[in-house]
Amino acid sequence: MTDTRRITYREAVREALREAMTRDERVFLMGEDVGAYGGAYACSLGLLQEFGEERIRNTPLCESGFVGAGIGAAMGGMRPIVEIMTINFALLALDQIVNTAATIRHMSGGQLSVPLVIRMATGAGRQLAAQHSHSLEGWFAHVPGIRVVAPATITDARGMLWTALEDPDPVVIMEHATLYNEEGDIAAEGDLAVDIDRAAVLRSGDDATIITYSANVKKALAAADQLSGEGIECEVIDLRTLRPLDDATIMTSITRTHRAVVVDEGWRTGSFAAEVSSCIQEQAFFELDAPVERVCSVEVPIPYARHLEEAAIPQPAGIAAAVRKVLRR
Amino acid sequence: MNEAANDRVHLTREHALHLLKEMLRIRYFEEKCAELYSAGKIRGFLHLYIGEEANAVGVMQALEPEDAIVATYREHGHALARGLPTTAVMAEMYGKASGSSRGRGGSMHIFSATHRFYGGNAIVGGGLPLAVGLALADTMQGRNRVTCCFFGEGAAAEGEFHESMNLAALWRLPVLFVCENNLYAMGTALVQSESNPDIRAHAAVFGIVSEAVDGMDVVAVESAALRAAHAVRRGEGPRFLETRTYRFRAHSMFDPDLYRDKEEIEEWKKHGPVLRFRDWVLSTDLVHATDIDKLEADIAREIDDAVAFAEAAPWEPVEDLMRDVYTRNGMAAA
Repeated sequence: MTDTRRITYREAVREALREAMTRDERVFLMGEDVGAYGGAYACSLGLLQEFGEERIRNTPLCESGFVGAGIGAAMGGMRPIVEIMTINFALLALDQIVNTAATIRHMSGGQLSVPLVIRMATGAGRQLAAQHSHSLEGWFAHVPGIRVVAPATITDARGMLWTALEDPDPVVIMEHATLYNEEGDIAAEGDLAVDIDRAAVLRSGDDATIITYSANVKKALAAADQLSGEGIECEVIDLRTLRPLDDATIMTSITRTHRAVVVDEGWRTGSFAAEVSSCIQEQAFFELDAPVERVCSVEVPIPYARHLEEAAIPQPAGIAAAVRKVLRR
Repeated sequence: MNEAANDRVHLTREHALHLLKEMLRIRYFEEKCAELYSAGKIRGFLHLYIGEEANAVGVMQALEPEDAIVATYREHGHALARGLPTTAVMAEMYGKASGSSRGRGGSMHIFSATHRFYGGNAIVGGGLPLAVGLALADTMQGRNRVTCCFFGEGAAAEGEFHESMNLAALWRLPVLFVCENNLYAMGTALVQSESNPDIRAHAAVFGIVSEAVDGMDVVAVESAALRAAHAVRRGEGPRFLETRTYRFRAHSMFDPDLYRDKEEIEEWKKHGPVLRFRDWVLSTDLVHATDIDKLEADIAREIDDAVAFAEAAPWEPVEDLMRDVYTRNGMAAA
């Protein structure tokens, strides 16, 4: 039996960074305060001392500039990991991500690839208000030419980075800010890389399928536990990768449960949940025994006060209510 | 002393003919593009380089094959001066599969990995961070190369310009920034868009050594580019070159050119880079009229061949639409 050890999500990210830097000398980390400060969420704490300032490269506050520099460095033969403090700041780099990183391969007729990894913190739950708390993962997942992954578990936080670095195209890793302190068990040693292609069924059940990603996986599992006490058994799917979407795993589950609830911390209008819901109705309409339900954030800039913030984003009670609704209970 | 000697342009007969030929190739290529645009063979936006030929041709003389180039949407001249085949560039104008970007890019997105020609960027200022990154990759991998980044004076108003200047200077990266100042960002005059229209000053605030040069004088541009490129190659960090130039045609084929006086355009044309250099080399007896006749005949043939190539080139099959959105898709489709 394989030994396991207990680490935090943050430690998993740091270990993955350390492993990547050690395994491939072309890898370097670049971003705001990744150096002496140790990263806004302390993911790179200590790495400066270990790898030096060339490879743990602090940048000025210029998201477009350093993301674009990451793209250039990737085309120049490096394997950059660019850290953006929060997804809200990534909007300042959208030009480079959408107009350049995502387009160059196709626009150059296949001559140039951009093997770049961009990591960013996303989501609400830390009382950081409306300019540090949004869930815009769906905007990125909209764009062909990039891959978007959202590690929800310690295993994925530890294992997705290396696989992303091996991808010849840009990969955006969405790390929900409430996950960094989460603890979990992973294998003590060995190759910890994981695929970045498939969704995972984290809990099996026959009554309804809850489909979600990132921090809402934990909330969905909590809702499923609660519902189990009422005799309702939910299947919980962690999408893991938002683009390309593993729709086969979703449809396989729905073919058995015939009921679906999609949970997404993004706003309902134009949400990633809308995309998933639409895919289900295109591919499995006649399997459904009830309309697909969505649990999304309330259409409001995320507020500071704890009770308001909690009310604005999906919670286990709301997820459980949506499951009861699709079951007409 | 040797390095100082290297900074001087050795204007032999051969080199004079080369400079003239390169500028004439661009001039006639662009005139042919305008004609083909009117004939409906080329569509989309078409930005011509006529009047600005001395910039790309002059700067390119200072670059080595292993150096990288990042250009703008007005980049036909840079691509040709870098040595991309006229055939592939013309086929790209047509949107054909034999085009330099397999017809996916068109006029604004010419690429060539083998020439280290990183586009063809239609976001003003968008190429500057890329150049910083390419230079960073060279530095981190211990390669002594220059990344040359062309952009217009309109880019100086963009945040990415300032971000890139700062990064390049902060990290002492081997970037040669070349600002082709043609005085108009589309229809907006420089004095209407910059609180300080002295473009060099924008680079100087980052401590980047900058120089302005007459962009209508190919030898002056070559000389300034040699000085700047040598400094970059010596590890002195980025350099900034402002080439003062003018476009004789409208911004694009859609532009009625209502914002400039006809007299202003005519005045600049009198000092046009091709005319000026041609007259000068003839006056020095370095080159004779018969040499120029031969050059023009060779270029006319080259461009006719390019048009014939583009006409005959195949279209990308629609089945390949998705090819190269991702590298692995491309490999699967190939």
